[in-house]
Amino acid sequence: MTRHAPSRRELLLASGALFAWAYVPRLARAEGRDPRLLVVVLRGALDGLAAVAPVGDPEWARLRGEKALLLGSAAPALPLDSFFALNPAMPNLHRLYKAGSATIVHAVATPYRERSHFDGQDVLESGVGSPGAADSGWLNRALAALQPGGHAAGGSKDAFAIGPIAPLVVRGPAPVMSWTPRRLPPASDDTLTRVLDLYRHTDPVLARALEERLGLATIARAGGMDAQQPRAAGAGQVRAYFAESAGAAAKFLARPDGPRVGALAFDGWDTHADEGAVNGRLANLLAALDGAIAAIESEMKEAWRETVVAVITEFGRTARINGTDGTDHGTATIALLVGGALKGGRVVADWPGLKPANLHEGRDLKPTTDLRSVLKGVLKDHLRLEEAALSTKIFPDSSRAKPMPGLLA
Amino acid sequence: MALDAKLEAALCLHRFGLGPRAGSIAAIATDPRGALIAEIQAADGGRINNPALLTSAEGARAAFRFRQEQRARRLVERAAREDSAEKRRDGAAPRAGEPAAATPASAAPKPGPGVPQQLYLEEASARIRAAVAAKIGFVERLVWFWSNHFCVSADKGNVRPICGAYEREAIRAHVLGRFGDMLLAAESHPAMLIYLDNARSIGPGSIAGMRQKRGLNENLAREILELHTLGVRTVYTQQDVTSFANVITGWTVVPPRQDSARAGEFQFNPRMHEPGTHSVIGKSYPEGGAEQGRAVLAALARHPATAKHVATKLARHFIADDPPEALVQRLARRFRDTDGNLRELAKALVTAPEAWDTTRVKLKRPSEWIIGALRAADTTPPEIGPIMQAQNLLGEPLWRPSAPKGFADESSPWLDGLSQRLDIANQLARRMPVEAEPRQMLEETLGPLASSETRQAVARAESRPQALALLFMAPEFQRR
Repeated sequence: MTRHAPSRRELLLASGALFAWAYVPRLARAEGRDPRLLVVVLRGALDGLAAVAPVGDPEWARLRGEKALLLGSAAPALPLDSFFALNPAMPNLHRLYKAGSATIVHAVATPYRERSHFDGQDVLESGVGSPGAADSGWLNRALAALQPGGHAAGGSKDAFAIGPIAPLVVRGPAPVMSWTPRRLPPASDDTLTRVLDLYRHTDPVLARALEERLGLATIARAGGMDAQQPRAAGAGQVRAYFAESAGAAAKFLARPDGPRVGALAFDGWDTHADEGAVNGRLANLLAALDGAIAAIESEMKEAWRETVVAVITEFGRTARINGTDGTDHGTATIALLVGGALKGGRVVADWPGLKPANLHEGRDLKPTTDLRSVLKGVLKDHLRLEEAALSTKIFPDSSRAKPMPGLLA
Repeated sequence: MALDAKLEAALCLHRFGLGPRAGSIAAIATDPRGALIAEIQAADGGRINNPALLTSAEGARAAFRFRQEQRARRLVERAAREDSAEKRRDGAAPRAGEPAAATPASAAPKPGPGVPQQLYLEEASARIRAAVAAKIGFVERLVWFWSNHFCVSADKGNVRPICGAYEREAIRAHVLGRFGDMLLAAESHPAMLIYLDNARSIGPGSIAGMRQKRGLNENLAREILELHTLGVRTVYTQQDVTSFANVITGWTVVPPRQDSARAGEFQFNPRMHEPGTHSVIGKSYPEGGAEQGRAVLAALARHPATAKHVATKLARHFIADDPPEALVQRLARRFRDTDGNLRELAKALVTAPEAWDTTRVKLKRPSEWIIGALRAADTTPPEIGPIMQAQNLLGEPLWRPSAPKGFADESSPWLDGLSQRLDIANQLARRMPVEAEPRQMLEETLGPLASSETRQAVARAESRPQALALLFMAPEFQRR
């Protein structure tokens, strides 16, 4: 298989993402297909219930109170089926869903049951059941398995690395290309809030200096602060960054001589405070994600019908709202599949219910589907990877998680 | 009361060094003061051994040649344009196939930065690598301190190709030697002579002065008295400034037209020198060519006001914006007693009890903070572009202070850039190596300095990049 090395100009034009040069799947090619797979990792634990609301569950409205997305409200949730509805910040996803190009999986999680971001992301991206056990990602191992002869070729002289390092999901023996975005993502509101919080508790001089620069009016009181919500990056900036990165990724995947598999990561989803519902922090992020999905669809052009985008996150959040109008770390959440290659238009969920007895450890949505089943289903039917490889090399010790059938058209 | 050993080691690395690398704290915990002294006793302390770097004179000549080539190209292009314009005026239409303006292949401009910028970046790269590689970084901090004290600016065209070499030749060569030697090296270096306009200062009574309209430039003389030695508003008068300026007329640089082989080197040009005896700070200096200026500099180096000035600046830079008077006096005395021995001065600083106060009041300057982050991750980036940009953004562009006073030693001016540091921290965090594990890095770089709030913030971050950004923004990482 010939590999195309992008010109330096092409690399510089891209706004930054991570790709692996794929050996085009033999079986897929034999079938006359040219599949693309883009994995989007949302870091911070996306609140699945606030993105895709179980409006048909009798406990839902009580559980989330005025934060509950509802069909009949002033800013209504977008109906998906008789049970679920989508956050109104995502009209593109809704359109694609209606057109059969999006599938939503709910109450899904990896095997990880603690609640640490670092460890959760490790498990999410490595494909191994426990954290710290692998230094490569399932996507990279899947690529390696696709190569003729099944061995990973190349070694370091095949890999481009011009900038920020690849996320774990795409690291490993198969050659990876990455480059530096011209514009790195701005420090998120969330990061700013955490820095300010740290300063307010430990270094008032730095706190004042930071606040003054950001034009915040703060009343310093011992203990509790009554400060306005700080804005590091405007919602517009975040939206632009998401769309640019995703669009650039798609441009490359769309090229006839380009890569076929890639991964992106977006931060900012850890909404412990002021999460909002149809408006606010999470809604802004969901809108940015929605824009990214639209950008991918647009840039893929004809290749859209060969495309699957898998949007995954390390775990979900608490079913109830906490004391700062947000949610804390949870367990089950959603996964999104978007793309023209899908047999979509449905929400896949073995719904556990929201009564307190149905919640995981009395606080989180209970997981009823293993995320690895979803990913295996995509890898098997879209890229034509063998089931044996999926349960051993790619997702070790996962034979109990059967590949989910019927995801692809 | 003896501090916890690890705490002192961590403090030492941040306050006197450039920040810990993995294992640094443990390596010096048995004797932090001893480790500092060992670093300044090392034979090649402060040197950069890189044969690929040019001397300042070589750099000046390379820059000169580059400009010649540029000029020649422009002339050729202009001639070609005029030529074809003339042809059109004469009614001659270009024949089919004939190019409108012939440009010889050799005149095609080369892409990329010119020689001055290339040299500037190469030297910057060497400096950054040395900073990341240093064991503790105390000598590096001293180099940076003195380089800022005797600063020049690359914003002046002819200084840009040689400012890095200046730091190596005038500062690094003497950072653990005698102040008087560093003073002489700095003030007779072409970079300084160009930066503060002494290279074209002409004594009114000199041979050249009698012939031309150009005359005396007091800039360098004033800054030597005000900034480099005695200190502002001390013993000198305006008369001293003028007199000293006369003394150093003739301290200039060999121009390429005069002697292409020695171009860019210091030379004493007697035709520019103001003849006669001159009096500076109550002492008379008879005529003696360049020796006259050297004698004045030697006297300034020994003046008690210089000792006080240097001691204050050093204490302000390392310890506190308003340094303890006892410490300043002790340092000044040591300076005088050892005839300006900078190694002894550094020793006196790090053995002073005031220097080990655990309250961290100083804020790291942008350059120190950025290098600290790179050392924390044990990484030297392949491109220095982002580092240079970060320093520019934070108001400390390398070798480009806005005034001869150099970058501020006080902390408060740097507080303004704190929100920009947040963006830089975010970007730095995203360029860290894959192995960078935030909680591990916190242990290795802050250790006992870290508050429980900082530990918690790093542990609870939503992603590894955010955790690293929080670590770099933590007060313990910002202060020293």
